[in-house]
Amino acid sequence: MKLTLKIWRQDGPNAKGDFVTYQVDDILPDMSFLEMLDVLNERLIAEGTEPIAFDSDCREGICGMCGLMISGYAHGPKQTTTCQLHMRSFSDGETITIEPWRADPFPVIRDLVVDRSAFDRIIASGGFISVNTGSAPEAHAAPVPKENADRAFVAAECIGCGACVAACPNASAMLFTAAKVTHLGELPQGQPERYSRVVSMLNQHDAEGFGGCTNIGECSAACPKGIPQDVISTLNADLRHALRTGR
Amino acid sequence: MALIDGLYTEGEKIADTKAPNVPIERKWTQRKFDAALVNPANRRKLSVIIVGTGLAGGAAAATLGEAGYRVKSFCYQDSPRRAHSIAAQGGINAAKNYKEDGDSVFRLFYDTVKGGDYRARETNVYRLAEVSANIIDQCVAQGVPFAREYGGLLDNRSFGGVQVSRTFYARGQTGQQLLIGAYQALERQVAAGTVEMFSRHEMLELIVSDGPDGKRARGIIARDLVTGEIETHLADAVVLASGGYGNVFFLSTNAMGSNVTATWRAHRKGAYFANPCYTQIHPTCIPVSGDHQSKLTLMSESLRNDGRIWVPKRREDCDKDPRDIPEEDRDYYLERIYPAFGNLVPRDIASRQAKNVCDEGRGVGPMVGDFRRGVYLDFADAIARLGEDAVRAKYGNLFDMYAQITGENPYETPMRIYPAVHYTMGGLWVDYDLESSIPGLFVAGEANFSDHGANRLGASALMQGLADGYFVLPNTIRDYLAKGPFEELSEADAAVAEARKSVEDRTQKLLSINGERSVDSFHRELGNIMWEYCGMERTAEGLQKAIDLIRALRDEFWRNVRVLGAADTLNQSLEKAGRVADFLELGELMCIDALHRRESCGGHFRAESQTEDGEALRHDDEFAYVGAWEFTPGTAESGIDSGTMGPPVLHKEDLVYQAIELKQRSYK
Repeated sequence: MKLTLKIWRQDGPNAKGDFVTYQVDDILPDMSFLEMLDVLNERLIAEGTEPIAFDSDCREGICGMCGLMISGYAHGPKQTTTCQLHMRSFSDGETITIEPWRADPFPVIRDLVVDRSAFDRIIASGGFISVNTGSAPEAHAAPVPKENADRAFVAAECIGCGACVAACPNASAMLFTAAKVTHLGELPQGQPERYSRVVSMLNQHDAEGFGGCTNIGECSAACPKGIPQDVISTLNADLRHALRTGR
Repeated sequence: MALIDGLYTEGEKIADTKAPNVPIERKWTQRKFDAALVNPANRRKLSVIIVGTGLAGGAAAATLGEAGYRVKSFCYQDSPRRAHSIAAQGGINAAKNYKEDGDSVFRLFYDTVKGGDYRARETNVYRLAEVSANIIDQCVAQGVPFAREYGGLLDNRSFGGVQVSRTFYARGQTGQQLLIGAYQALERQVAAGTVEMFSRHEMLELIVSDGPDGKRARGIIARDLVTGEIETHLADAVVLASGGYGNVFFLSTNAMGSNVTATWRAHRKGAYFANPCYTQIHPTCIPVSGDHQSKLTLMSESLRNDGRIWVPKRREDCDKDPRDIPEEDRDYYLERIYPAFGNLVPRDIASRQAKNVCDEGRGVGPMVGDFRRGVYLDFADAIARLGEDAVRAKYGNLFDMYAQITGENPYETPMRIYPAVHYTMGGLWVDYDLESSIPGLFVAGEANFSDHGANRLGASALMQGLADGYFVLPNTIRDYLAKGPFEELSEADAAVAEARKSVEDRTQKLLSINGERSVDSFHRELGNIMWEYCGMERTAEGLQKAIDLIRALRDEFWRNVRVLGAADTLNQSLEKAGRVADFLELGELMCIDALHRRESCGGHFRAESQTEDGEALRHDDEFAYVGAWEFTPGTAESGIDSGTMGPPVLHKEDLVYQAIELKQRSYK
């Protein structure tokens, strides 16, 4: 395959970035998208040009480290992670635009690499159950109805990649935040902190500069794990309860 | 001292001195009782550095933070949640005996020692089994969404060929869910101010001070991967939980960034490296599709329950459509060689036989280099017997994953599989307290060596990581910390200045060589050497050859590598270069270890050590010991620390089995 790649290059956090166009040929349909970039980088190194910086780690769709805006779609045209996207999803001769996640709370570090530490701070603000090591009761002490366990699991599948934010016109991180609120709120262990959690996580979400949710749904459509939008309804319901009862 | 095989010398024997001399089931309780306590008010005067945020490191950082120590936690990823523990699919073992099927702490202990082919330390494994049940309690309390039955209680399955159902799981994402649990506990401590988090930081050197009270690990030199700044971090103790070194093979199921640098730097500073040649190779991975391949993806071994493995009998059939190859021209080689176990032989045997048939030229799939690396895993019989819907219900997610990566439909055409490096049982030597041969340096999780012997059982890696992190290390490290706080160190201290300078010199050296070849090209070549000669089947001749090849490659690396860019920015080529430089040294030690161990054991087949019918032959009389290697520096021909190694010194730790009797295994 021959492709034209328009790739965002930016030397550092404060440098002005721009698109640079690269022609690549000899791309095989079986290559992953990131392997295609590896091949281009090897060529750039041979030519004496600094390779394109991009994040990736597990390359099996679970760590959440990779994430590129590919021709306007977070993680590209398929609902998967960038590392699990293969070149057979593109056609010979195509022009592909490659950008970093675009959102103020995710500043660019270099080229396609962004800083997503805002997500860690949202979790630190309340995305946990307060139980110290050693103080746990016997695991079977609290049965969990399968329905709740299954819904908690669906929400817990979030890999924290940030595609939801990149896809959202408001750069909202509501799907990410709501997934954690739902995961812990569905479980009996999560009840004691259920309402304080939603308030503190939302405050942190807003403090980081993420936008509000206006029910567009791009987040769920881009989510490689298909986290459903109804987790945001759960978050809203928990928030209403918290505000009404002052908890 | 006389060189053995021209490669190494033998030093004093070593032994664990920390496990109390009481019956095995009382050792851990006794050790916890004997370990000194630290008054809660004094804990905030004591500091601990933890490198790595996977199950072991993340759990340890959270737990020590909860206890009130001052913790600094480091990871090279952009968030601690991304450590490679996240990729584990299958499950986590625990001796809960919820199924009332005869499981017990002793049985889990026994299975783990036997599975490790009697090369693990008995005392450590017993403790692992003993704390396993606490792990499940802890994780459930954190909200880890384990699979449940309709009654709301936890589900278990049987895993890895054992006869009891003791594996807890969360669909195919157990590692992810356990790690997110530990990560959330860690972030809670970050918010509480007990843990300071340094993500996108890589440890590049260990600081070992030599003060009035002897040698102690007192800190690390780390590089901020965003700004390039070289930073000094000091503490009363250092914990390495930096994972395994499978990426020495270039292609493995490890993450792209997984590396040996933290443990290798510690090894160079005096920490013994134990059993480096013990690696685990997993038989059911998606094969390499071409020279561009960057990593390999594992599929659950459960596929072998219903899939039949075969290759064509004749080489000339290898590029045919498999559906056009008639039954009589197929070689179901596992069923032929091992009629009793068939396609369900253990991992190492399935892996080795796959490589054998491919080496014979009967592999299938695309040509990679000069031959095909793949065998068929065929579900046609299962689909005919059970129906496509039943096969989809059982294996649907794995079939989807395969289809996504290969673009082939496994319901219509046989899957192709090939073995891949998956886990490393070797690691830094530790005693019962998980303390290395450098006082104050502790090692946890895959980075240490102690629990899996020569072969790890399925669903045991997650168990070990969390056991070390939540329950073992926090109890043993306090015995050490109780002697602190140690004397204040400053940047001006000789040990700190030396460590810092060596990192700066090495960085400058890598950037100044400006040779012809990329870092990846060296890494790939090293991987090929390791796979060919230090993989599943080894010979003395092959290992000798590998050592020569690695030495030549390392020499070329330091003359001819090309690392572009600068030291003071995000520079991924520079990061990789440092890691590959360390792999080039580790690779040699792995080959020396493999060469000296003239026995077939666990995951390794040594061609010179086999029974008359070609099965693995262990030599308990000669090799029932841990091989712990001490680093010696070479003569610095290239000026600075450029990968010169002297002959390592072998220290043997005899493996004493008091609770379990040694036995040979057989699968015929």
